[in-house]
Amino acid sequence: MTVTRTGPLPTGPEAEYDVVVVGAGVVGCAIARALARHPLRVALVEAASDVGDGTSKANTAILHTGFDAAPGTLEARMVREGHRLLGAFASEAGIPVEPLGALLVAWDEQQRAALPRLAEKAERNGHLATRLLSADELRAREPHLGPGALAGLAVPGESVICPWTTTLAYATQAVRSGVDLHLDCRVEKVRTGDPWHRLVTRRGALRTRHLVNACGLHADAFDALLDRRDFTVTPRRGQLLVFDKFARDLVRHILLPVPGPLGKGVLVSPTVYGNVMLGPTAEDLDDKTATGTTAEGLAGLREQGGRIVPALLDEEVTAVYAGLRAATGQEDYRCTAHPALRYVTVGGIRSTGLSASLALAEHVLGLLADCGLDPGPERPLAPVRMPNLGEAFRRPYRDAELIARDPEFGMIVCHCERVTRGEIRAAYASEIPPAGPDGLRRRTRARGGRCQGHFCGAEVRALSESYGKGAR
Amino acid sequence: MNRVVDVLVVGAGPAGLAAAARLAAAGAGRVEVLERERAAGGVPRYCGHPGFGADRRGRPLDGPAYARLALRAALRSGAVVRTGVSATGWAGPLTLDVTAPTGLERIRAHAVVLATGARERPRSARLVPGTRPAGVLTTGELLRTAGTFEGERGVLRERIGRRAVVVGGEPVARHAVGALRAAGVEVAAVMTELPRTAQGFGAVPVLTRTSVVELLGRGRLTGVAVRGRDGRTSVLRCDTVVFTGDWIPDHELARARGLAPAPGTRGPVTDSAYRTAEPGVFAAGNLLRGVEPAQVAAAEGRAAAGSVLGLLAGRACPAAGVPVLTAGPLRWVTPGLLGPAPAVPLLVRPDRRLVRPLLTVTQDGSPLRRERLRGEQAPWRSVRLGPEWTSGVDPAGGPVIVGTEEYAP
Ligand SMILES: Cc1cc2nc3c(=O)[nH]c(=O)nc-3n(C[C@H](O)[C@H](O)[C@H](O)COP(=O)(O)OP(=O)(O)OC[C@H]3O[C@@H](n4cnc5c(N)ncnc54)[C@H](O)[C@@H]3O)c2cc1C
Repeated sequence: MTVTRTGPLPTGPEAEYDVVVVGAGVVGCAIARALARHPLRVALVEAASDVGDGTSKANTAILHTGFDAAPGTLEARMVREGHRLLGAFASEAGIPVEPLGALLVAWDEQQRAALPRLAEKAERNGHLATRLLSADELRAREPHLGPGALAGLAVPGESVICPWTTTLAYATQAVRSGVDLHLDCRVEKVRTGDPWHRLVTRRGALRTRHLVNACGLHADAFDALLDRRDFTVTPRRGQLLVFDKFARDLVRHILLPVPGPLGKGVLVSPTVYGNVMLGPTAEDLDDKTATGTTAEGLAGLREQGGRIVPALLDEEVTAVYAGLRAATGQEDYRCTAHPALRYVTVGGIRSTGLSASLALAEHVLGLLADCGLDPGPERPLAPVRMPNLGEAFRRPYRDAELIARDPEFGMIVCHCERVTRGEIRAAYASEIPPAGPDGLRRRTRARGGRCQGHFCGAEVRALSESYGKGAR
Repeated sequence: MNRVVDVLVVGAGPAGLAAAARLAAAGAGRVEVLERERAAGGVPRYCGHPGFGADRRGRPLDGPAYARLALRAALRSGAVVRTGVSATGWAGPLTLDVTAPTGLERIRAHAVVLATGARERPRSARLVPGTRPAGVLTTGELLRTAGTFEGERGVLRERIGRRAVVVGGEPVARHAVGALRAAGVEVAAVMTELPRTAQGFGAVPVLTRTSVVELLGRGRLTGVAVRGRDGRTSVLRCDTVVFTGDWIPDHELARARGLAPAPGTRGPVTDSAYRTAEPGVFAAGNLLRGVEPAQVAAAEGRAAAGSVLGLLAGRACPAAGVPVLTAGPLRWVTPGLLGPAPAVPLLVRPDRRLVRPLLTVTQDGSPLRRERLRGEQAPWRSVRLGPEWTSGVDPAGGPVIVGTEEYAP
């Protein structure tokens, strides 16, 4: 069990692996975790200083059922299976999930006409429980909906989830079960060979028999390191607005737009932290680092959100951010085994990767077997229980027993999000400690609330500095 | 643990401490103040500059000295002030859930005074586009950082940055500039959308009619793109940007009890006795409308204490009065409800700079008061409108409207 962030990588037999997974997003972490069930030497290698630092940290955080996927695609199957697998894993690992269900809202005749077709598509995807709703039924379920909603389609099972805890839970379980995690370690070159591929990073080289590309937005660039040019990833930006927790009572379900010729539209959804999210935009870009928001993007979101739930706009905005989906111009994932190279590419994991992650991991195990990997017998994974960030479940500041055992869980430091000193200390003492304030926020929510550090920023920083010193 | 106290005050800033001091001195029984920070005193704790009145011998006070005196006064009169203790929500009427290192508590009181203060809107609430780099602060975080790491000379600059831009032209921006310079941080510019700023920025360039259009940089801030008065966009290089002013009441507990924020102030509506719509719950200080000088907040705390004493003496009555609204270039007015008594001054905040404005108060079309103000009124300073005329308010009439006519020579 090793996590490294700085210094030279291990050398000799220490640096020889059966499988190296490149990219520690939600997909790469899930793959590493699946591999950890077998007696293999596995490394997870990531360019950023934390797991989940790419697209996996900036999405709409919905655990999809796959009801609207294109039937028969790999994506449809992966999301359907992934929904079941992640639902089960979440309750075991303490990842907050709220099965709120979704409502697709039709605002014009064209959208209303599309609803029965969507119900039929859901059925072909194995989702049999959808139900058409009249305008009155819709309003009874969502009293704050704006005027003009004509009809709806209820999709039970659609859930909100914490994407940060999910990725971290996979990585933590993988590391506890023996996977080496090398952060701040971009793979810059690959020398393919037999029996070893040699991976060159600035911190040294690793040797591996099998290789998995889970590089998200950069999956095409990584393929190119092995002379594969099967697809190009185009970043599709999604800007999002997160409203204050006071908005939470305005929305009961995940309010999805009806996809139509004018594009996909935006959604309004509660988050497990008790906020309401509005977005995302869909903008095709060239720059894979363009995670900034724009004035037009934010204004457009407010305009659309104001039509869906007008009262939303009276509430303060807590956060604005943008994520980049990995679009490839094809309406499916691009998962390929390259047996001659003992190499698997997991590409084009577009806007559903969080939901599909656990099923994708199983699928990749199959693709690795096609590449000649004999994983050996299965063994149980080391158990994980993650700190709870969800408002629907008990947080440490309300846990009398925990506070009695350790008074630091009764010392609230971040007041807006009610994060205690004990949680910050525990984050730094964990297997994969945060690398900076953003990592700490994703693990604890510290500094992530309505004041964005006005009250707590200085103290959170002082605590991070003192606890962080002992961190690896 | 369930407990009962006579009065629970939430927030140990100037308003909460002043309320507690008066209540305890008047024999209100157990008066308990909850403060979530590690020390009592509120915002003045972080303001190391004069402007907080004077002590008994007439020596000017800075914020920390003022905070110490306010705390001492509360303690001397017998109030209990608990720090590091957070009121996290309501368990029922007049009953708060509390988290402390000693455990969870449920405290019921005969009266609750909310004095939870205000905060500056951060970058996200201002919808400033761009990346999300480090180095983006509010004055609150800047001053607290300076306070937290003071004494470690030189390292403070490491923790803040090398070159900063300050956004906002109100007096609080001056404090941000002062704190930055004291820490050895160069201030590249102060910028504001307003046509004029407060005085006292010294040699720092001041850009008026200028707005931030984008934050730049990954990991660390590298600059802010600004649009100037000529409509052109340029980039100010800096590694730190401080967003100042733009206050919003920290009204979480008030809202959690169903007290809707008033449209202008975003604070809970109170009557002239500082009563809210929730029986037994009072509100005072910056929670009512954002930042005013500490002494204004303290005076409100004392006045609220007077009403609490009335309640404890059995003179319970719900918040009463007709709504008070603004018209024209005025941002807000407090109190939000007005009756003929008690007579309290109105606090009115201009929305922009006003030259020799005539303030008008009317009810159902008939004038209650006309008052010509001298000089210029800035949007960061409230106007006090004396209470002599409030006896003329008809409690059965329509809303009282405060408006303004500008001076036209
Ligand atoms: C706006 C938006 C909304 C979304 N909403 C949802 C949703 O509601 N539900 C859902 O299921 N999905 C959603 N998604 C999709 C989901 O976030 C992605 O499908 C998922 O994050 C993909 O995971 P990944 O691991 O493939 O990619 P990433 O999370 O991007 O991970 C790839 C990692 O590889 C690393 N890497 C790249 N190159 C190298 C190299 N050479 N060496 C080492 N490391 C490297 C990167 O640094 C990165 O950390 C959304 C996406 C967006 C943008």
